[in-house]
Amino acid sequence: MEFRTFVFYFLSTILVLAGVRVITSRNPVHAALFLVLAFFTASGIWMLLQAEFLAIALVLIYVGAVMVLFLFVVMMLDINLDRLREGFWSYLPLGSIIALLMVAEMGLVLGGNYLGLMESSLPQTSVGDSNVQAVGRLMFTDYVYPFELASIILLVGIVAAVALTQRGKRKNKAVDPSQQVFVKAKDRYRVLQMPAEKRD
Amino acid sequence: MTLAELQFQIPDLRLASAEIFMLLMACLILMLDLLVKDRKRTLTFVATQLTLVGAAVVTFATSSGEVAYTFSNMYVGDLMADLLKLLLYLTVIVVLFYSRGYIVEREQMARGEYYSLALFATLGMMVMISANHLVTVYIGLELLSLSLYAMVAMNRDSVPATEAAMKYFVLGALASGLLLYGMSMIYGAAGTLEITAIAERLYLGQVDRGILVFGLVFLVSGLAFKLGVVPFHMWIPDVYHGAPTAVTLFIATAPKLAAFAMVIRLLVNGLIVVSQDWQTMLIMLSVLSMAIGNIAAIAQTNLKRMLAYSAISHMGFMLLGMVTGVVGGDARFALNAYSSSMFYVITYVLTSAGTFGMILLLARNGFESEEIDDFKGLNKRSPWFAAVMMMMMFSMAGVPFFVGFFAKFSVLQAVVAAGYLWLAIVAVAFSLIGCFYYLRVVKIMYFDQPASMTPIAAPLDMKILMSANGLAVALLGIFPQALMSLCAFSLLRSL
Repeated sequence: MEFRTFVFYFLSTILVLAGVRVITSRNPVHAALFLVLAFFTASGIWMLLQAEFLAIALVLIYVGAVMVLFLFVVMMLDINLDRLREGFWSYLPLGSIIALLMVAEMGLVLGGNYLGLMESSLPQTSVGDSNVQAVGRLMFTDYVYPFELASIILLVGIVAAVALTQRGKRKNKAVDPSQQVFVKAKDRYRVLQMPAEKRD
Repeated sequence: MTLAELQFQIPDLRLASAEIFMLLMACLILMLDLLVKDRKRTLTFVATQLTLVGAAVVTFATSSGEVAYTFSNMYVGDLMADLLKLLLYLTVIVVLFYSRGYIVEREQMARGEYYSLALFATLGMMVMISANHLVTVYIGLELLSLSLYAMVAMNRDSVPATEAAMKYFVLGALASGLLLYGMSMIYGAAGTLEITAIAERLYLGQVDRGILVFGLVFLVSGLAFKLGVVPFHMWIPDVYHGAPTAVTLFIATAPKLAAFAMVIRLLVNGLIVVSQDWQTMLIMLSVLSMAIGNIAAIAQTNLKRMLAYSAISHMGFMLLGMVTGVVGGDARFALNAYSSSMFYVITYVLTSAGTFGMILLLARNGFESEEIDDFKGLNKRSPWFAAVMMMMMFSMAGVPFFVGFFAKFSVLQAVVAAGYLWLAIVAVAFSLIGCFYYLRVVKIMYFDQPASMTPIAAPLDMKILMSANGLAVALLGIFPQALMSLCAFSLLRSL
């Protein structure tokens, strides 16, 4: 088997297994960690295709931003801090295994130069172009229609989020001076007539 | 770097001017609404309706009747797209008129965002109708779905609505996943995402059939979910029932037109060469939908839920026309079959708008009027609207000389012409079962005693529109030929 094929199958197996564990593990932190692994492996596969921009974007956006946010939310949900700290040692083995796997994957893909990975033939975009340039060029020429529409989807997301969460103006307790000067005595207090209660 | 170096042709924006107009106006209305102080949002409402009318004018003015591509072949403009878009605007206009009273009475929904989301959903459907690229189909679908999820959830304090939105969202995301997986497999097999190019390569035999059919299974599953046919129908009853009736009306009408266009674009325009494979899948979906839809509807006491099951069975019936296009490699009947499906879906949308509109007509603040029992003795409260509702029910059941009858008739004609006699018999048998629950509504309206004699307090414009809707169902039943030949002509010029 060619080395590139081996790396592909290696990464794919981990990707599928991680995906399965995301939905089967009962612990939300475990699930989130496996999702990180899945993203990382997917970016490895992209790297294998020499789509380095997409690979880096996936890691930066999904692993760096989305999943960290996700882990924060999971943390916020669990208010019991002691229980969270208790978990540290039990999470450590799994966490370190995932970290080691990622390091190994990075080594496999980035170290491809020394292992003869680059000699294999791959669909070349165009001569001398960087990946970013190729993606950018396509996005603003051939794919401009879906690209613009994707931005509308984001706009709809914003509109929907505002429509579903905004609850009107917050009630302000500050006093309006212009109304305050017009206040009359009878607005300030009221005399109530109350029948006297008898004592038995 | 100049454009010439990029080897890029500037797209012909004129062709897509309706979409551009709709997008600009939707964004403008979003900002215009900030200035509106009126709680009823009359200005936003009027602006939205004018936008839809304007889009219709633009579509009509730019329609050339020729098949033309732009945006690097991602967008296709043809007569079928123009006709479906015009009907789409009309549907949305009618839907917004019907839902006006319902929305104004409910504080959570009486907001400008409702109208903006409706326009964005319309834009998504327009994109789907004119798509010639798998990415465009998907993006249009997501634009539509995301707007709909938000509209379902808009009534935040209602637990059923939130539940419906959640179910719709999760299942919709799953279906999008299936569709995307199918699309990526087809890309893997054909090496292109452009629908006409896929068809070309299939025709030349440059495609790995094994992978293609594997992707096709997922593609059909995704389509089946969006159409809401068995076994991908689970979301329909819950969403129709749980969503605010105004939104149910929206979901039950306009997206059906877009879903039909999506089926035509993906399966007929793109994958007609493997029609043998997808026709078999559609036959199974169709028979199951007619069976489960019609039988489960009998057991319902909630009118919205009953109509949801009826929608499942109608979509199954519509698919019958799609399965009879190509018989043993012979595409002689294709035009007839697909235009009968198109006629079916258009008339279903018309009737469905009327029935859900009737629920809205009877609803008041704090009273949804969504149980079948709420229609008890409607004849005593308002003979005219009872008659309109009766026409809708007769049309849905397929009673002769209402439009639903001709829709069913033309589909069955196509099925028999293609030689699937057993399929026609099964379809008629399930339609007869379906008659029971439609006629039960009529019986309840005419022969039961009303629970209250409160007069119908709907605004005049809605009453007029509802009457027009009822008359359209009756008149199209007497003169179906014009619409039928319009469907056939538009497909002839497009396929």
